[in-house]
Amino acid sequence: MLDRAATALRGLGSRVTSRLWRLGFASRFFLATLLYSGPSFRRFFLTVREIYFTGVLSLIIILVSGLFVGMVLGLQGYDTLQRYGSSEALGILVALSLVRELGPVVSALLFASRAGSAITAEIGLMKATEQLSAMEMMAVNPIARVVAPRFWAGVISMPLLAALFSAMGIFGGYLVGVVLIGVDEGSFWSQMQASVDFREDIVNGVIKSAVFGILVSWIAVFEGYDSEPTAEGVSGATTRTVVTSSLVILAADFVLTAFMFRGA
Amino acid sequence: MSEPLVQISNLNFTYDRRPVLTGINMTIPRGKVVAIMGQSGCGKTTTLRLIGGQLRPTQGEVRFAGKVVHELGTDGLYASRRRMGMLFQFGALFTDISVFDNVAFQMREHTDLPEAMIRDLVLLKLNAVGLRGAQDLMPSELSGGMARRVALARAIALDPLLMMYDEPFTGLDPITMGIIGQLIRTLNDALGGSSIIVTHDVQESLQIVDYVYFMADGKVVAEGTPDEIRASDKAYVHQFVWGEMDGPVPFQYPSAPYREQIYGAAHA
Repeated sequence: MLDRAATALRGLGSRVTSRLWRLGFASRFFLATLLYSGPSFRRFFLTVREIYFTGVLSLIIILVSGLFVGMVLGLQGYDTLQRYGSSEALGILVALSLVRELGPVVSALLFASRAGSAITAEIGLMKATEQLSAMEMMAVNPIARVVAPRFWAGVISMPLLAALFSAMGIFGGYLVGVVLIGVDEGSFWSQMQASVDFREDIVNGVIKSAVFGILVSWIAVFEGYDSEPTAEGVSGATTRTVVTSSLVILAADFVLTAFMFRGA
Repeated sequence: MSEPLVQISNLNFTYDRRPVLTGINMTIPRGKVVAIMGQSGCGKTTTLRLIGGQLRPTQGEVRFAGKVVHELGTDGLYASRRRMGMLFQFGALFTDISVFDNVAFQMREHTDLPEAMIRDLVLLKLNAVGLRGAQDLMPSELSGGMARRVALARAIALDPLLMMYDEPFTGLDPITMGIIGQLIRTLNDALGGSSIIVTHDVQESLQIVDYVYFMADGKVVAEGTPDEIRASDKAYVHQFVWGEMDGPVPFQYPSAPYREQIYGAAHA
């Protein structure tokens, strides 16, 4: 009985310490990525290429999702607002929900599953097929040449994608609210303009998406670089990228929101 | 006599408290092709990685061109690696760029040569392995043997002093195997450097190498010229060279007694 308890306790302990080790390793990896970021900017074409793969190729899913989320907001928002006779406030509701929350959060979730998983799988497979080892043996640092450009491409793309998501969402809200249902166009736009604050709402939204961009890109490159160099290892790492990123995005969103919008 | 290009002295390497290499001594003279043979998992590839500085020895040292590899800093290590070339078991070509760009990779990373000159050099290297016509293909369009030849052209891109081959013959048909073997020999003599071949393909490599080290369980168990190896009466070498099923290396993986496992402990 005591024996079994001791084994269970030891198992628990070793699981906790191995998690902590991994976290420490991930932090050192993050610092190394920053340290070897020189070539990502000096030879900017390396990063541009990755921006194409992570950012440009994510456009379709981001734009289409943004449009639909905005359209749903338009429908639901109108349904609730017209009960209180304030359906002209639809513009405010759509714009604020998108710019403050849905834009950064949903686009980051989509980005994690579209681009983050691809980055992890690519780096993991490069590791499994010894491409990273070969690069090291050719005296080229894989963190500088492979990891850092992908990291920065993610960090640069994320806020832009979130902005496009919000823009498409507002357009979707306009389509449903004004064109389809017939909310007054003038008050839709003017109320939105009057109530959305540049500093309070837009800048805070951009800060959020920048933070999510750093987190998702960091998780994606780390999971890829740290993956077991086997088929199961890479698939496991890809899954972990999506799951961890999603949880981290939502948790970080709560913390950031708590700091930014305290109802003052 | 000039100092050897690679000198391994009393090399020990432990991984997860498990000894992988114990007391390895090897000499790779300039201009020679040396083979390291042994069964899978005997520490051959680990030895290559220690020479390339990808692993740190637990004890002992590897000297490359007079310098102790694990005492070099990052810059020194990278400077040394520019004079080494390594052919990986399956080529390890960069799959997202073409054959041409693979061979040009190191030239673009490490030199300021104009693009026109890089083009000429790449074509020279590809010509040396007989694949000048394949310059525009992507790695996924190559057969296994072609991929390995492209990887060879990439490895010799900067005319290394030392070429390391990790299982260059694995999974190749006899014709391609012969081509790779001849390329290893002629490239070594043309570049004037040294080569190390890690392999378990006995017949192919005995034809082209100058000296052989035999490894088993992380130790060097025999060494000699190809003729000495063929004539060796050491039981392990004999089993390996002639591919016998049983001998010092048992056929059975360590297991419980046969009778006991079949009938259960009660009946044994």
